Amino acid sequence: MGPLWLLALIAGLSFFGFVLGRWKSVVLSGKGRGTLAARPGYYGAYVLIWTAMPALVILVALSIAKPFLIEHTVRANLPAQVLANSAQLSLEVSGVEQVAAGLKLVTPEELENIRIGVVSARSVFAQHGLPLGGDVKPYQLIAAGALNLVSDGLDTAVDAAVVAALAFGLIFAFVRVKPRLRARNLVENTVLVLLIAASSVAILTTIGIVLSLLFQALQFFSMVSPASFYFGTVWDPRFAAAGSTESGQFGFLPLFWGTLYISFFAMVVAVPVGLFSAIYMAEYATSKVRSVAKPLIEILAGIPTIVYGFFALTTVGPLIRDYIAMPLGLGTSGNNVLTAGLVMGIMIIPYVSSLSDDIITAVPRSMRDGSLALGATRSETMRLVTLPAALPGVVGAILLAVSRAIGETMIVVLAAGVAARASLNPFAEMTTITVKIVNQLTGDLEFTSPQTLVAFALGITLFVITLGLNVLALTIVRKYREQYE
Amino acid sequence: MSAVQATTAFDTVRTPDPANRPIKIHTASVKVTYGQKEALHGVSIDIPERAVTAFIGPSGCGKSTFLRCINRMNDTIAGARVEGTIKLDDQDIYDPDLDVVELRARVGMVFQKPNPFPKSIFDNVAYGPRIHGLARSKADLEEIVVTSLQKASLFNEVKDRLNEPGTGLSGGQQQRLCIARAIAVSPEVILMDEPCSALDPIATAKVEELIDELRANFTIVIVTHSMQQAARVSQRTAFFHLGHLIEEGPTDHVFTNPLEQRTQDYITGRFG
Repeated sequence: MGPLWLLALIAGLSFFGFVLGRWKSVVLSGKGRGTLAARPGYYGAYVLIWTAMPALVILVALSIAKPFLIEHTVRANLPAQVLANSAQLSLEVSGVEQVAAGLKLVTPEELENIRIGVVSARSVFAQHGLPLGGDVKPYQLIAAGALNLVSDGLDTAVDAAVVAALAFGLIFAFVRVKPRLRARNLVENTVLVLLIAASSVAILTTIGIVLSLLFQALQFFSMVSPASFYFGTVWDPRFAAAGSTESGQFGFLPLFWGTLYISFFAMVVAVPVGLFSAIYMAEYATSKVRSVAKPLIEILAGIPTIVYGFFALTTVGPLIRDYIAMPLGLGTSGNNVLTAGLVMGIMIIPYVSSLSDDIITAVPRSMRDGSLALGATRSETMRLVTLPAALPGVVGAILLAVSRAIGETMIVVLAAGVAARASLNPFAEMTTITVKIVNQLTGDLEFTSPQTLVAFALGITLFVITLGLNVLALTIVRKYREQYE
Repeated sequence: MSAVQATTAFDTVRTPDPANRPIKIHTASVKVTYGQKEALHGVSIDIPERAVTAFIGPSGCGKSTFLRCINRMNDTIAGARVEGTIKLDDQDIYDPDLDVVELRARVGMVFQKPNPFPKSIFDNVAYGPRIHGLARSKADLEEIVVTSLQKASLFNEVKDRLNEPGTGLSGGQQQRLCIARAIAVSPEVILMDEPCSALDPIATAKVEELIDELRANFTIVIVTHSMQQAARVSQRTAFFHLGHLIEEGPTDHVFTNPLEQRTQDYITGRFG
């Protein structure tokens, strides 16, 4: 049975167990043998958990262990001279796996023919639609035979173990269903474990991402010194010819400057517009206007960034070039920092306005009333009481928006170009860290060259920057919570 | 002016003021509706100057709603509509030409829950004078703050920590800070909406003592759930029930010799 069949079996039997457990508890309570310790549904769930959990654990554990066991078998059956060549070992193992797959297709007569050497294994496999790269060597046949044997044995073992676990769990739990059994506790604990597992997924993934970035970045720093990376002012990762030792210059500063400069313009647009719209929504708009306008603003956040990129490329960029940059003699390119900043700013408006709106609305009404009752106008109340009370939260919202701006890629590619340059001219082409990461990773280079590995160094640097901003934002937001209590 | 005809069929039982104080606030047939619901069905009352007038009555009787009409705080509630006449010194406060900001500077308010701003004690009191430009210099402002705190009997407790946040004070101190904040604008009337309901008995006693002192300079209207408090601090008492003003008169009169059966029932604790 394949894993899908096993899963179906587990699901079916678990459901059966649920019905059975529930039925037994109802019958027991009906006979007047004392009241139940939990409602019948909990007894059903109790049997369900006992049926499904052990079987699932066994299935998952064996499925994870299987590839390791198979690789171990293959290695044990390979001759010493093959094992000695460690560089080619993984290639050999996958070769054996292919042969093993072929052996499963052939008929017994054909197998006999192969064994006595009448026909070559390669031609037989080809007839069955499995082309191989080269002739099958005798030791490969032996190893492949062993592999198939172990693999089949393992499959049978998995089937047997899962079925045994199912049967045991179902019977064990069913027998244990008694009126005084605390079925609720097991159900509650299982729910707790599931919830913990779900939260761990996010945390473990983050750790995994950081680690994978870190190892590649360390490899990069073993080739290029951190000092020349972080303090270099020239970005010129030459895609050198094979064998050449020339690897170009990896100066981080122009990218960092481009990122900061574009994010700066984005915030110049997003912070005032977002904040003012939040103030209008929270303090002035009637509930009717608010119920229409707020979702409309939030739609901005739902537009894919590539669409913003089109908008920048075809509309904003040419406009800025023709009406501002060219007349001023500051630039001739439709790709420029200002375009990217403006469009990115528009994209970020909902991040600032929506969060700020919530935070301003959360300032207690009594604060506003206190100010209004003293004869302050609405704008004075907003400026002197509500906004200062909400300020830490608003700053948190802005920092979250900044980290969003720093991580943005598509708009920059289309609106600001890919030229790494540090200049004060906002009409010049520039680019950001994220764009260069994409640039360095899209290509045919091996994952061992500094040209590719630099992407990981950039990635982890970016990660640290945005993480720092997020931590700062969260700290400020947390402090804000204690403000008026 | 006191002989105003109520537009509803309902007649308020009135006992005139024996001290014959001048009228500060005159209201006639004040109705308040929130959306479709009428919360106040035509209230007419004259509030005397430099005295404490207490509004009593069970929850939901409209006494807070009526209080909030006097400085037009109901304007800030969406869907609230006020009809009728409310005059402060013969000036209609719902006159379209009247500046509501100016009105609220003349009619201060203290709320049920102490609501100091998350600013320093000094800035809390200086808030009103600053927005109204009452102080010509920094020294002037400091003087206003100190006098207001003194009038609110809070100065001695906080004089060493004027720069600390007002939210760090105890509940009773916070409420007196809010009273100081209201006094700092030099209002003529102070409205108090259950100012002691969030305070312990000791803090309550202090605030009540303060209200009694403030009566010399301000016209005070206080909404309270505590009949003992009304009896202790007020000169006149008005009893509200289900959006009607049932009875109003001198406090001792209302408490010892109520003319209306419902007033009698309420102050003896039979309902409410």
